[in-house]
Amino acid sequence: MVIAWDGFKKGRWTEEVNVRDFIQKNYTPYTGDDQFLVGPTEATTTLWQQILELSKKERENGGVLDMDTKIVSTITSHGPGYLNKDMEKVVGFQTDQPFKRSLQPFGGIRMAMDAAKSYGFEVEDEVQHIFTAYRKTHNQGVFDAYTAEMRSARHVGIITGLPDAYGRGRIIGDYRRVALYGVDFLMKEKQKDFQNTSNIMTDDIIQLREEMSEQYRALKELKEMAQSYGFDISQPATNTIEAFQWLYFAYLAAIKQQNGAAMSLGRVSTFLDIYIERDLKNGVMTEEEVQEIVDHFVMKLRLVKFARTPEYNDLYSGDPTWVTEAIAGMGNDGRALVTKSSFRFLHTLSNLGPSPEPNLTVLWSSRLPENFKKYCAKMSIETSSIQYENDEIMRPEYGDDYGIACCVSAMRIGKQMQFFGARANLAKALLYAINGNVDEQHKIQVGPVIAPITSEILDYDEVMARFEHTMDWLAGLYINTLNIIHYMHDKYSYESIEMALHDTQIIRTMATGIAGLSAVADSLSAIKYAKVKPIRDENGIAVDFEVEGDFPKYGNNDDRVDSIAVHLVKSFMTKLRKHKTYRNSIHTMSILTITSNVVYGKKTGNTPDGRRAGEPLAPGANPMHGRDTKGALASLSTVAKIPYDYALDGISNTFSIVPKALGKDLEAQVSNLVSMLDGYTTQTGHHLNVNVLNRETLLDAMEHPEEYPQLTIRVSGYAVNFIKLTREQQIDVINRTFHGSM
Amino acid sequence: MIGRIHSIESFGTVDGPGIRYVIFTQGCLLRCQFCHNPDTWNTKAGKEMSTDELIEDIRSYLPYLESSNGGVTVSGGEPLLQIDFLIDLFTKCKNELGIHTAIDSSAGCFTNTPHFMEKLERLFKVTDLILLDLKQIDNEKHKKLTGLPNQHILEFARILSNHQVPVWIRHVLVPGLTDSTEDLERLAAFIRTLKNVQKIEVLPYHKLGVYKWENLGLEYPLEHTEPPSEEVVNRAIEILNAAR
Repeated sequence: MVIAWDGFKKGRWTEEVNVRDFIQKNYTPYTGDDQFLVGPTEATTTLWQQILELSKKERENGGVLDMDTKIVSTITSHGPGYLNKDMEKVVGFQTDQPFKRSLQPFGGIRMAMDAAKSYGFEVEDEVQHIFTAYRKTHNQGVFDAYTAEMRSARHVGIITGLPDAYGRGRIIGDYRRVALYGVDFLMKEKQKDFQNTSNIMTDDIIQLREEMSEQYRALKELKEMAQSYGFDISQPATNTIEAFQWLYFAYLAAIKQQNGAAMSLGRVSTFLDIYIERDLKNGVMTEEEVQEIVDHFVMKLRLVKFARTPEYNDLYSGDPTWVTEAIAGMGNDGRALVTKSSFRFLHTLSNLGPSPEPNLTVLWSSRLPENFKKYCAKMSIETSSIQYENDEIMRPEYGDDYGIACCVSAMRIGKQMQFFGARANLAKALLYAINGNVDEQHKIQVGPVIAPITSEILDYDEVMARFEHTMDWLAGLYINTLNIIHYMHDKYSYESIEMALHDTQIIRTMATGIAGLSAVADSLSAIKYAKVKPIRDENGIAVDFEVEGDFPKYGNNDDRVDSIAVHLVKSFMTKLRKHKTYRNSIHTMSILTITSNVVYGKKTGNTPDGRRAGEPLAPGANPMHGRDTKGALASLSTVAKIPYDYALDGISNTFSIVPKALGKDLEAQVSNLVSMLDGYTTQTGHHLNVNVLNRETLLDAMEHPEEYPQLTIRVSGYAVNFIKLTREQQIDVINRTFHGSM
Repeated sequence: MIGRIHSIESFGTVDGPGIRYVIFTQGCLLRCQFCHNPDTWNTKAGKEMSTDELIEDIRSYLPYLESSNGGVTVSGGEPLLQIDFLIDLFTKCKNELGIHTAIDSSAGCFTNTPHFMEKLERLFKVTDLILLDLKQIDNEKHKKLTGLPNQHILEFARILSNHQVPVWIRHVLVPGLTDSTEDLERLAAFIRTLKNVQKIEVLPYHKLGVYKWENLGLEYPLEHTEPPSEEVVNRAIEILNAAR
């Protein structure tokens, strides 16, 4: 056996790439409490201080400290960069300096230029010239193929946030493979696969062979990049520190090559714990040294940075990178995948303070060890930095070695990727149904010409029939638009290193999404249970609605309206499935907006639920702000009704509660939060962002941002540094329902 | 059976053990000066809900209530004003859902008529806990504070003790009105005579309900009263707990 694997239990993983098998055969489950955890070392504290100072400078500089305007970022583009070479246990930055953002024009040269310009930088003429005259980009490709209808749907914002002007992301390389096998073995495996493809050169085989060659080259570049830091990663990692370093290099290669919207990490803590346990057992490391490496690794993940345009920041506010790390979950054999390192990773929130990144995601099951559940709850209460996702409903779909891309997108690690599709605005679609597919704000025909509804009072059945029709059209347009985007992304901005760390034969999903679910459900409820009278302008377009009487509102565990929301999700998903997808990817859908609910709301006119034009939609699958009046559990129970089977790309729910309403003292708060998570997952709810804080804290942070450099709040599927949000988004967060007590 | 309900809180964490489904009933006979829910006083307001409707709603929260060893708490208002409704609701809670039941009461409507006593005994059989508010031990002060004397309330406490119904005593600490050492010590002495007290809670007076007085067009009598200091609260906790 390979020397690096001494002490590990053999299995199928020794013969083939099979990280799951390695984990299952070798990990040490931990059911104890958090007493073993240790504080930061002096080096950790010194480095973190340095980072806080640089962060402050970055803020004072308008959000970006430095940008590369000359060297196009590739895996090998930049020489080594350090924070403090003598102290860092894990090394490597995207450029030659921390806080210097890289130049990534493959997605689109105009975006790269705009991003630079908006922060006072200028991309060098030569780069501009190359990427305009000689080298085509993804963005150019997409617009070369778009139809007029697609451009118009994008312009008015009925389909929006599309990754046609930025990297699609949401692909998780299995970065663990590099640590476990070394790069040479992975290259050999890819070579074997390359020799074994079909010899009949159809489009898909040609594409596959070209991609595999790119993957092979990317692995070679990965070795070169590591070499520039003085490490030979051709062979497996032999100890803890190498395992962290090898794995990080693999991830670093990915973020040097791609500025995808979400560059998630996967599920590494329990994998790495196996190396840690071996070294602890052999007496070559202490707990202090172990925690130090974890802290330093996490510090690196907190420093992932991309150059992005103001339009992008409007959609996804707060400079997120979605370095999502999935922690815990249950194994198929009934053992919890909780190790001491599950604690150590969460413990970085204490040692380094709260932070939005990495996006710490606990895969929750009521069967997880009680001590771990309590520890998670305690850390949530202290930091509001953790999100929870229901392992009991995901494991049957994805097995027990899946990760989360971005916020709520589960995928088998190294075996599955998605084509990210942003979202369609269903609230706007409802207005189209009423207005004959004419846009209520731009006053132009966007969808097929049909007669508008002309009745004085809206009739539920008539509106529903029209709405189904409009959704039919929208579903087709949406899938076809995504087909173009992902065809071009593969062609002009292929993620060769991330895909090199996947199996050659993979599952692909076409991950669509919807925005405005609660606004539409409430609108339809108003039409059904109250009297809704459209107010039409001189062109006959319904621009406002008079609502007479009360109606049940989504978020109160009231089936009369919740069933409407469930129907919408099922109906739209069914319509999407009718359309052929690029590379025969599997249709999926998410109910997730991230912070884009603000932008989508801005682009949507008055809705029949009483929401005013321009006001934000609710984030994800949340009820509209302030309408969930029967308390937290009623609100959770409503969202838990949305069927995961029809929204396999995730159902995001963001939950904010004031500490006192959660329980009288910390002990009661911890126990109530654990019960709440157990209850929500038992109800088959999918995702829950948990914020435990007072509205006053946020108001104060708006006024005195300098006093809250690390204030973190979960928004929709991710966390942000509150003071980095735009003012509009800060107000949206503050206006959300904070569950309090009567 | 129909009840008159003010509102429902699906996630109560302060009215009994675990996570509580809290039903606030409409109507109360006391007129406490510090009341933070004056909108529950009027016995004619609120909306009617059937026990079946409530049971179905509670059922949907069982995963939360069970995992936290919580249950249902009926608060108010004064729940005992609707004792038939309570008996029916709690009987169903026990028979159909098998969960913990609690009443948050200040017993302002208690009478020792045989009729009421017979109903109470039926209620006790399906009630796991009573959160009993003892607002002021001094009868005269109690009258001034709540509009009613306290003898019948203390009698109710003794009946609960005789029937061995588990009780948490609650005392709202209002500076100048319910926080004198003498009153607290007398209250402690009274509590010492009870055999069923599991817990004594001191609830510091707060002003979060003041806006409701304004909304109802009522003049708030404690405008100049401020919440008690932590020190005063701790002292009250110490005195009252010396009762056990």
